[in-house]
Amino acid sequence: MNLKRLNILTILFLFSLIGFGQNSHESTPQSVASEAPVTQHSDEHKEEGFKIGDMIMHHISDAHQIHFGGSLYMPLPVIIWHEGHLDIFSSSHFYSVNEHGELDYHDYKGYRNHHEMIEFVGENAGHDAHGHKVLDFSITKSVFGMLLILSLMVFIFKSVASKYLKNPKTAPSGLQNMLEPFILFIRDDIAVPSLGQKKAERYLPFLLTVFFFIWMCNLLGLVPFLGGFNITGTLSITVVLGVLVFLITSVSGNKHYWGHIFWPPGVPAFVKVILVPIEIMSVFIKPAVLMIRLTANITAGHILILAFVGLALLFGQKSELAGYGVGAGSVLFMVFMYCLELLVAFLQAYVFTLLTALYFGDATQEHHHEEHGHSDVGHAH
Amino acid sequence: MEFLNLIMEAGVSQGLAGIGAGIAAIGAGIGVGRIGGSALEGMARQPEASGDLRSNMIVAAALVEGVALFAVIICLLVAIG
Repeated sequence: MNLKRLNILTILFLFSLIGFGQNSHESTPQSVASEAPVTQHSDEHKEEGFKIGDMIMHHISDAHQIHFGGSLYMPLPVIIWHEGHLDIFSSSHFYSVNEHGELDYHDYKGYRNHHEMIEFVGENAGHDAHGHKVLDFSITKSVFGMLLILSLMVFIFKSVASKYLKNPKTAPSGLQNMLEPFILFIRDDIAVPSLGQKKAERYLPFLLTVFFFIWMCNLLGLVPFLGGFNITGTLSITVVLGVLVFLITSVSGNKHYWGHIFWPPGVPAFVKVILVPIEIMSVFIKPAVLMIRLTANITAGHILILAFVGLALLFGQKSELAGYGVGAGSVLFMVFMYCLELLVAFLQAYVFTLLTALYFGDATQEHHHEEHGHSDVGHAH
Repeated sequence: MEFLNLIMEAGVSQGLAGIGAGIAAIGAGIGVGRIGGSALEGMARQPEASGDLRSNMIVAAALVEGVALFAVIICLLVAIG
């Protein structure tokens, strides 16, 4: 046990050392208090002070460039469809990095990058010019993260699958060995109990994809110093997952499923009047709650971690000693939040997959006579 | 009158959003507390069911937290957006 404790202390100490290696532009206490293994960059040395709300929103939201810390930015391609023609250029045209490591935005070719949303204002437009909407198909930070995760997943699963195809009878090893418990867990504990042995095969590809995609996207959002990805924390991405679940549930719903919604058996008529609208709404609400649950959990976790770091910086502005003191405490809390977030990353993927499998099972269940009538509406929303 | 206007302008919506987030925290605390409590009681009665109870407790906690975090997101949108 002693060696294990020594290892943990060493790791904590090394993490805190990373903060000292960060570049500081002015010798303010903030640069030293930024000892955090999270996407913290010490560029908030504005004269008007450190705005914690802005820092948190900057790390949560999507952007057209990836900020690795300090003055290191990686511009991403901007793809715009406006008035019939396609414009593709690098987002570095929109900004220039000033000496604080922050971005000075300016217009380019009539487009303006207003809070990371691109709009068309025309050439030589003033500061308050009205922006026209454009169709923005850019590779933003989240899209880049998703492409990274998807290519990683394709590579991993293709190699594991080819290993299974080549030697089907040997014991698993390596990557195959690591993934097999998870795949079997999803098949045996999530898919088969809800869907039955025969139908589980049909929905298993979707369930496995969704599980690993959500899990890996959550984990990517937790990696520090990588520019702060928040893929599953954006509503626009989880809404797609929810819509997919809704589509598959509706398409694979057999007549018993729709029959139970519009004409629940075994309830008296006056209860039907109340129950049928609720059932119809629940067809839409269930995927929507899936979406909100995932987004809210991941975003809340990121905000908590960022808030602990920002707290140290906020106190560091007042006095150097306060910055160190609060920084030490907040680093400990932040490490604890990190461990919790690692658990939440797996748990949210598991809960999403579990509920999806339950909804699929609901939609495809065969008719069986219940003596109590419609008695299986016991899912949590 | 002017001073009153100044006070009223100074982020009443943000303050209310803060109160809303606090109420959401109360809801989450009560819900997850009850889940944990009954899980522990079950484990005390039957220690060999500990593993089953633990996994089901975590799943139920995640579902209850989802609802509370829904309220937190709304308060966040009010406070910042």
